[in-house]
Amino acid sequence: MASEVKAQRPRTLFEKVWANHEVRPQTKDLPAVLYIDLHLVHEVTSPQAFSELRARGLKVRRPTQTLATMDHSTPTTPRNDQGIIPVLDMQAAAQLDVMRKNAADFGIPLFDLGTANQGIVHVIGPEQGLTQPGMTIVCGDSHTSTHGAFGALAFGIGTSEVAHVLATQCLIQNKPKTMAIRVDGRLGPGVTAKDIILAIIAKIGVGGGTGYVVEYMGEAIRSLSMEGRMTICNMSIEGGARAGMVAPDDTTFEYIAGRPAAPKGEAWDRAVAQWRELPTDEGATFDAEVTLDANELEPMITYGTNPGMGMPITGYIPDPDQERDPSKKLALDKALRYMDLRPNEPLLGKKIDVVFVGSCTNSRISDLREAARMIQGRKVAEGVRMMVVPGSQQVKRQAEAEGLHEIFKAAGAEWREAGCSMCIAMNGDQLQPGQYAVSTSNRNFEGRQGKGGRTFLASPLTAVATAINGVITDPREMMEMAY
Amino acid sequence: MEPIKKFTGRMAPLPINDIDTDQIIPARFLKTTDKNGLGAAAFSDWRYNADGSPNPDFVLNKPEYQGASILVGGNNFGCGSSREHAPWALTGAGFKAVISTYFADIFRNNALKNGLLPVVVDPETHQQLISLAEEDPATEIMVDLESQTVTLPDGRAVTFPIDAFSKHCLLNGVDQLGYLLSLEDEIAAFEAAHPPRVQTTLTLG
Repeated sequence: MASEVKAQRPRTLFEKVWANHEVRPQTKDLPAVLYIDLHLVHEVTSPQAFSELRARGLKVRRPTQTLATMDHSTPTTPRNDQGIIPVLDMQAAAQLDVMRKNAADFGIPLFDLGTANQGIVHVIGPEQGLTQPGMTIVCGDSHTSTHGAFGALAFGIGTSEVAHVLATQCLIQNKPKTMAIRVDGRLGPGVTAKDIILAIIAKIGVGGGTGYVVEYMGEAIRSLSMEGRMTICNMSIEGGARAGMVAPDDTTFEYIAGRPAAPKGEAWDRAVAQWRELPTDEGATFDAEVTLDANELEPMITYGTNPGMGMPITGYIPDPDQERDPSKKLALDKALRYMDLRPNEPLLGKKIDVVFVGSCTNSRISDLREAARMIQGRKVAEGVRMMVVPGSQQVKRQAEAEGLHEIFKAAGAEWREAGCSMCIAMNGDQLQPGQYAVSTSNRNFEGRQGKGGRTFLASPLTAVATAINGVITDPREMMEMAY
Repeated sequence: MEPIKKFTGRMAPLPINDIDTDQIIPARFLKTTDKNGLGAAAFSDWRYNADGSPNPDFVLNKPEYQGASILVGGNNFGCGSSREHAPWALTGAGFKAVISTYFADIFRNNALKNGLLPVVVDPETHQQLISLAEEDPATEIMVDLESQTVTLPDGRAVTFPIDAFSKHCLLNGVDQLGYLLSLEDEIAAFEAAHPPRVQTTLTLG
């Protein structure tokens, strides 16, 4: 009866998805071979993989389980008279041409620059209904963890692995450990999903999740929209975890229903029945557990040069002299020097130059609605550049249908085309050396938003409040409701 | 890929925690479609001044560290983006191994596929290696993949972990894609039992 006992063992969401995709289970000498349901491809991390396929005379095994888009090196500048987004950077233009040729030669659907569905790879997957519970999803991009919000196992891979998946639809993987992050309680006004994940990373550190797949759970996670859950899972990698997951529930199913790639009719009913089996079983155990109380969270902001260097917005910059660990002291010293900030000072009231609302973390329609609601009837402060960059052409159209673009423009913000934009600064959108930005993106590494640029990561609400005042501002000050 | 077995080399110390892949190679160098020629861009923002001249204070620009083949980084080396350009830049800059107390998952995977050995050592050994490299840049250590050891000048051999499959591939120059392709029958059987979950062509309307 051993097999019966084994079948009864409570399993986590991750363990179920993993087991359902084992082409070969892991052994002492060999890693597992995992089947990949969906492979997302973009222009920056795929060219060398396609070259590898060509060199070996290989085809793409499952072109219809593969989707390509353009997002990283694409400009977000307005369209010309012909409705075309001009690419002035010759190297970027060449890279986009290579993406077009690869998609055409290998028969992969491509959302070309400026076409109806183009956008950031982690925005378009869910938008199209391609991201579904229980799937394995990979992309040559570390923020693939975003798709875990649907109860998928989704993670970033390198270009060699992109070639592996293109050619075989499989990956060689060692099974990661599991970590449960429970966020109990309820968020106060002005505190958002972005603040939850920044608080988590501040707590566990940028390496805290290394080797783990995280499952986010608890009342505060459950009550988030899909977009909030995506924001959280998106930044799993900033805590070192390759993947973050949230168990699928009615919120998940409602989001997927009716989207182009979602199951229809009876297939939908069958799919939902299967998805309901996925959540972690009662009694299943994790290798590590972390808890957080949402009631105590404030809007968060980073002060340093990695996403773990974050604090409540009302806090004071930590003092390296108070740090006992010499390597941490060194890191904090170095970060504050780069940021040109002094210990024990607040960030509230700090003058900034640029506000960026966008990126795969916070560029979805709900982010833009939230931002628009706060800026409506107000102005971006004199001397501040505010960019609003929708995550996809669909988000852009939706926002325009709701008139959000007019609200942003009336306030003095720039309304751009869809793309990664200033999150990665390889597309013309970037900070100048020395500038300070409050950014809704995911990385505040040195030079991430432009060589010499300095980034404070925060939520869209904090970003907008800051744009209006021109100095770092607690968004709760600008909200109508009392708190 | 060339097999890696055993090599002796000098160390370049870069004892900074959480060195992210944006530092190893900034995103603006990712507009290439080639994996070669990225060595000059390794650590570009730390290595060069605003006017493009070499920053004399950066370890890779110091004459005594020229030719070092082992980079000793701080804890959590290679965090951040999935760009395989990071190991391409490091191998392009002449490195055969990086030593740290632990590596970010994606970077480690990428390094192993490019003949760049991620060597994890305990914090004490890590500190000792940094001190050795800083005090005498001519110090040589031996990295032996077969025995999974780093041998220090005093003869002490410290073991490091590596999964059996990656070790086999590196020692024998086996390419991992070749292994996956050899599993054609098993992959086909899996696909026969599991119809595709999604069709990306449905998004084309």
